[in-house]
Amino acid sequence: MSALRPDLAFIAEWIEPGQRLLDLGCGDGALLAHLAQHKQVRGYGLEIDPDNVSACIARGVNVIQADLDEGLSDFGDAAFDVVVMTQALQALQRPDAAVAEMLRVGRTVIVTFPNFGHWRVRWALARGAMPVTPSLPEQWFNTPNIHLCTVADFESLCRSRGWRITDRALLNQARQGGWLSRLLPNLFGEVALFELAR
Amino acid sequence: MTQPRSVGVVTPQKISFDTPLALDCGRTLPRYELMVETYGRLNAARSNAVLICHALSGDHHAAGIYSEDDRKPGWWDNCIGPGLPIDTEQFFVVSLNNLGGCKGSTGPNTINVETGKPWGPNFPLLTVNDWVRSQAALADHFGIATWAAVVGGSLGGMQVQQWAIEYPARIRHAIVIASAPELSAQNIAFNEIARQAILSDPEFHGGHFYEHGVVPSRGLKLARMLGHITYLSDAAMRAKFGVELKAATPSFNFDVEFEVESYLRHQGQSFVERFDANTYLLMTKALDYFDPARDAGGDLVNAYAKATAQFLVIAFSSDWRFSPARSREIVQALVAAGKEVSYVEIESELGHDDFLMPIPQYHRVLKNYLDRIAGQQP
Repeated sequence: MSALRPDLAFIAEWIEPGQRLLDLGCGDGALLAHLAQHKQVRGYGLEIDPDNVSACIARGVNVIQADLDEGLSDFGDAAFDVVVMTQALQALQRPDAAVAEMLRVGRTVIVTFPNFGHWRVRWALARGAMPVTPSLPEQWFNTPNIHLCTVADFESLCRSRGWRITDRALLNQARQGGWLSRLLPNLFGEVALFELAR
Repeated sequence: MTQPRSVGVVTPQKISFDTPLALDCGRTLPRYELMVETYGRLNAARSNAVLICHALSGDHHAAGIYSEDDRKPGWWDNCIGPGLPIDTEQFFVVSLNNLGGCKGSTGPNTINVETGKPWGPNFPLLTVNDWVRSQAALADHFGIATWAAVVGGSLGGMQVQQWAIEYPARIRHAIVIASAPELSAQNIAFNEIARQAILSDPEFHGGHFYEHGVVPSRGLKLARMLGHITYLSDAAMRAKFGVELKAATPSFNFDVEFEVESYLRHQGQSFVERFDANTYLLMTKALDYFDPARDAGGDLVNAYAKATAQFLVIAFSSDWRFSPARSREIVQALVAAGKEVSYVEIESELGHDDFLMPIPQYHRVLKNYLDRIAGQQP
């Protein structure tokens, strides 16, 4: 099995052994498979893409084909220890409603998103063009990312809704934490990881 | 990799059971026979067996042909065979005609040895649970303690659910396709009209039509015509038949004027030639009665509590008879019960009948799932 993507490896560190986990937009199931193998984590992935769904099936990950924009009404309150969503928040119709739903079904929520405050983004905008960066590779007309935000924007949303931020990490282009992104997260963090609780 | 192909020529076998079977209706069948086909080889550990459960009008002939010049293969020939999703090079596949069927298993059209006459309407009405118990006896016959998987679509998917609930230790994987946790009122309504069509046919003779040398063909034909409407989506019917008159102008009578009319009449007629009216009544009642939640205090989560199998639930987007929403009720209850489950919704066009079609994504998911099971053989 290939090594886990660096941001997923980072999240895996935050998960306790034996937890019940829901992974929203689980892709090919790499995180769940890794956690099942190394931390006896049990759970389900939600995924909409047919190729990803059959990849999850092939590796024995419990996958439920669903559209995240339709909410999590299939799941009960506090049904999971952790609800994870990596790199999907910015593609949803209502990211705020999605996080609220995640906090309803899970005790802890982990979200990651591309930071629109990163210096590459600001540089592109300063030159008068929509940014195309390693973490935002699509053009403005074909991007699935309809609700981009900066680290500062997200923290302000959390404050206004009363969501507690229990942990935070900013990763650079290599998807690793560095001293620059610790010092000036909204400028040098390319991918933001947040752990939230009610 | 094996080039996918049919299992080729197969031979059905009739298996007799002398241990009485107590039925949910309170009666007991002292002995019975089941028509069975098997494909592939049972391994030494007897751990690679897969049971196929058929739907309303299915039977034991799921795959293969009966002779080299047989042009009509089994009903799931596109899915069962070497290199196909249910791979007969990896699995020993067992397919039966359910009790009460009309293709050789003990049922209304077979002779009751105690009277020397066809059972007819005296054959007991059965439940999905009765079928599952008879299938467990069939597993015993083959020395199969645990099925690697039990697979079924529609009414077959109900048998799969019942297996997981009734015999948790005897089923490792439950593959539930285009099914539901119980019928909707609309489903039961369609079944009731189908039954009334048969019951009100003067040639039904209260179910004793065998002795009169007739069949209630008008009633059975109407029942099947109605069924066929519910197996197809509106869009599929439009695409397949259109609404053009066959002639240039209306003929102002009740002859066939539209494609869909001749399709339904043809389907109805060919069904009458191969199916038994009493079996049709029995199968629709088994569908109506299926409701595992009813036996668990009205709570589906409770019903699944005992299950230990891993589930794969598959639904089809254009199926309105057993819609994806019904499959999601199954999934929701399994998740709430903390069970292992995957759910896949296949983009489809035909409707309920899509579970019999070789839709690439459908077969890929089935194959990925079953290949992984095969790799895990204990």
